[in-house]
Amino acid sequence: MNISLLDVVGPVMIGPSSSHTAGAAKLAKTAATIAGKPFNKVSFGLGGSFAHTYKGHFTDRALVAGALGMSEDDEELVNSFEIAQQRNIEFEFYPAEIVSEYENTAKITFYLEDGSEYFVEGASLGGGRILITNINGLACEITASSPTIIVKQQDVKGVVSDVSAILAYDNINIAVMKVSRTGRGDTAYCVIECDQIIPDSVIEDLKQVNNVLSVVVVNIQED
Amino acid sequence: MYKNAQELLELCEKSGKRAWEIALDTEIKLTGMSGEKILEHFGKRLDIMINSAKKALEHKQATKGGLIDGVANCQYEYSKTEDSVTGGYLNYVMALAYSSSEVNASMGKICASPTAGSCGILPAVLVAMMEKENISREKVLEALVFASAIGAIYTRNATVAGADGGCQAECGVASSMAAAAAAYMKGASDKACFDAAGFAMINVMGLVCDPVAGLVALPCAHRNASGAVNALIAADMALAGQVSHIPFDQVVDAMFKVGKMLPPQLRETAKGGIASTPAGKAIYKEIFGA
Repeated sequence: MNISLLDVVGPVMIGPSSSHTAGAAKLAKTAATIAGKPFNKVSFGLGGSFAHTYKGHFTDRALVAGALGMSEDDEELVNSFEIAQQRNIEFEFYPAEIVSEYENTAKITFYLEDGSEYFVEGASLGGGRILITNINGLACEITASSPTIIVKQQDVKGVVSDVSAILAYDNINIAVMKVSRTGRGDTAYCVIECDQIIPDSVIEDLKQVNNVLSVVVVNIQED
Repeated sequence: MYKNAQELLELCEKSGKRAWEIALDTEIKLTGMSGEKILEHFGKRLDIMINSAKKALEHKQATKGGLIDGVANCQYEYSKTEDSVTGGYLNYVMALAYSSSEVNASMGKICASPTAGSCGILPAVLVAMMEKENISREKVLEALVFASAIGAIYTRNATVAGADGGCQAECGVASSMAAAAAAYMKGASDKACFDAAGFAMINVMGLVCDPVAGLVALPCAHRNASGAVNALIAADMALAGQVSHIPFDQVVDAMFKVGKMLPPQLRETAKGGIASTPAGKAIYKEIFGA
């Protein structure tokens, strides 16, 4: 059996829909983690079924909750609009054309406090599972179902080897690793799914590697 | 490793272990977690189930659209009366199932089992059996692991998504899982538990997914209540010794094929069934306008 029993009876979540509520919260939370910087406004472009049915399933409240860092089982999720207002964070929703093979898609744009914009695109796949498909223009596939490291680097030889050496040294086992780039010699990304939670010390070590531009970690908490 | 009920039962025979033990061993291999840790996770899930099954019995929840506010309390109060058609116990079971559905529709905390839309059925059966039969928490957790293994077989070999297979894939599967759990807690053999799971699915095969206004409320809540009762009677069918002429794995396969035969209108699009009745459409208009 290749299906985890804890995925069958689970996730523990705030209702009413695993795809439209829990998945939406997880998608936005993961996006905010990847963006990684404080923001004063966030917009949600909704595609597919999200655009048509979001109000009935509280998808809007779940997305805002996730962007604020709440998990899909946080009972404060219902109050996310009010909490965002208290924190002076603006939010808006608009219908978006997102090219995707998935039914429930969103483009989440963070308006960072430093004046720049950062967007993350992804889909809710059902049962609370998600897929991040684009980070600020770079196509990727991140499920955030295991601890994941996203390294942004200069596309030069040796960086991947240095990164994996550090992980080996810090006793982190790599389950899946994908490397992609915007163009030869340009910016490249490593998406590394791991078997263990990534401690902060490892993030600091990775940031010291030559030609590494940034390091983002999406740690999956056990419930 | 097993991929269906037949292989799981063969592993039981070879090893002398119960089906839930084989399922737990497999989960240990799959996740790398210890058995104790996995059971701890199941324990937390059980606590959330107990809470959602009880929360709305006495306290009406405010659900989106207001379609099912107070359904649990309504059935719960009625369950205390002396002269119901099916008796206090079955009415109480329905109330427990309604409660989780009401909590889910009001943005409360639930455990999807296997989905959010069908989250009332397994908790209702576990809680009702636990209270009536005075079953130990340990045994309830074993039943929960077993029920999960049955859900995993459906997930692997068929579907548990209403959008793919209709309500039979959500409330039907939940009822099937709960039937096996109930039979297990009553001391049935693993084979008889699978028979119970098969009966529960056969009883509702073809059930369509037709949510009014697209909300996880109507008819979902009623189908959680009937699904919980269906699980109990399916368990009794198996315990009575009714012969299941169709092996469980073939029931799973049949459900999958029936789901594929359902037109899209009857698979969670809110375009068929009771969602498309004049009354159903009027409710949509009232809640969302236009």
